[in-house]
Amino acid sequence: MAKTHAVSFKLNGKPVAAEVEARELLIYTLREKLALTGAHIGCETSHCGACTVDCNGMSVKSCTVLTVQCDGAEVLTVEGLERAGTLHALQQAFHEEHGLQCGYCTPGMLMRAYRLLQENPNPSEQEIRHGMAGNLCRCTGYQNIVKAVQAAARKLAAAPAAA
Amino acid sequence: MIPASFDYHAPRSIGEALSLLASLGDEAKLLAGGHSLLPMMKLRFAQPAHLIDLNRIPDLRGIREEGSELVVGAMTTEADLIGSSLVRSKLPLLAEGAASIADPQVRYRGTIGGDISHGDPGNDHPALMLALDASFVLTGPKGQRRVKADGYFLGVYATQLAADEILTQIRIPIPAAGSGWSYQKLKRKTGDFATAAAAVMLQMKGGKVARVAIGLTNIAPTALRAHEAEAALTGGPLDAKSLGEAARLAMSICNPTPDQRGDVAYKTAMCGEMTRRALLAAAARATA
Repeated sequence: MAKTHAVSFKLNGKPVAAEVEARELLIYTLREKLALTGAHIGCETSHCGACTVDCNGMSVKSCTVLTVQCDGAEVLTVEGLERAGTLHALQQAFHEEHGLQCGYCTPGMLMRAYRLLQENPNPSEQEIRHGMAGNLCRCTGYQNIVKAVQAAARKLAAAPAAA
Repeated sequence: MIPASFDYHAPRSIGEALSLLASLGDEAKLLAGGHSLLPMMKLRFAQPAHLIDLNRIPDLRGIREEGSELVVGAMTTEADLIGSSLVRSKLPLLAEGAASIADPQVRYRGTIGGDISHGDPGNDHPALMLALDASFVLTGPKGQRRVKADGYFLGVYATQLAADEILTQIRIPIPAAGSGWSYQKLKRKTGDFATAAAAVMLQMKGGKVARVAIGLTNIAPTALRAHEAEAALTGGPLDAKSLGEAARLAMSICNPTPDQRGDVAYKTAMCGEMTRRALLAAAARATA
């Protein structure tokens, strides 16, 4: 049995702990040890972005981060976006603008868009496309994803407390 | 895909990292942003017994101006470079080049030092460093040594960095005011390595090229500095004839590996075209 590491971090605002081998990737800890299956495993080669989560204020592909590297970190996943049963403006906007079809890429899209809007609350279409370039969608052609991010930005500008 | 087992070490200082490296020897690999090494480990192209993670060493991060140089910590991320007002004002070529690397998620993790020392000819910083005439500070058990970017890259995955050394700093002379710059990168899609790319720093004086530096990406086993093209341009005007000659000379040193991005002839031709475009774009930004 390989040596394990005791890792603790904040996940969606709550402290969590896990005992992991050094080689365990964050996506596996989230999905298999902590039972949060929102972040998806897509390509597992850091191309597709389906596994994107927020870690210490950065969007990261959780298939390419070791869980041991997250000791003491603040991690936010798609499960942490809603507040007391109310969808986050981005989730609502993806629903209203039809920003998904099969939905596989959606948790990653939402988490990347979340960080993008934190850094740039009023992005141009070009900035959204550039800022979302690490997330692949095979259904929508991206048009409605861009519209959804724009709609969420407008909604958040009107009610910034919901950001 | 999960890497093979390894022991993980997270030193808090450069000294601690160096002692780990000394005691673990060839069995250890340094982990920077991890976006080249971890994928290689998943595919078993790399199977280190030990990983020494440099992410918790604050001294390896940050950007500061020191005399006539910008000093960049090796673990400074691409996102840090792009977001730095110091980099954008003093070394816009570096900000432009960093923004062309991979995608936003990768740029939050990927580091300038990792990109330089990985030794993959597809990495972008080597050519940027050649064009910027950068030097690298390598720290080992016997202290520090400073080496020029030109000559640092020896071959695929081979640099002058010795097994017991860590690249700690990148030192870049701040270009003269009025210098033009451009990084022109042809890639098939976001996140892909360059089919070919060219980095240019250019100073014009009285309508003539006063000084030019050209770095080329992914057209040979290492990034290359196009010395002959630079020499041909220096002292003359930038016109169709001199651009054509510079592109021809840049193409003459290409030795690319054919792959899905193209065959030798295509990649070589694209290197010429990127050289031409980067020179024109740099000229448009140069003043005086």
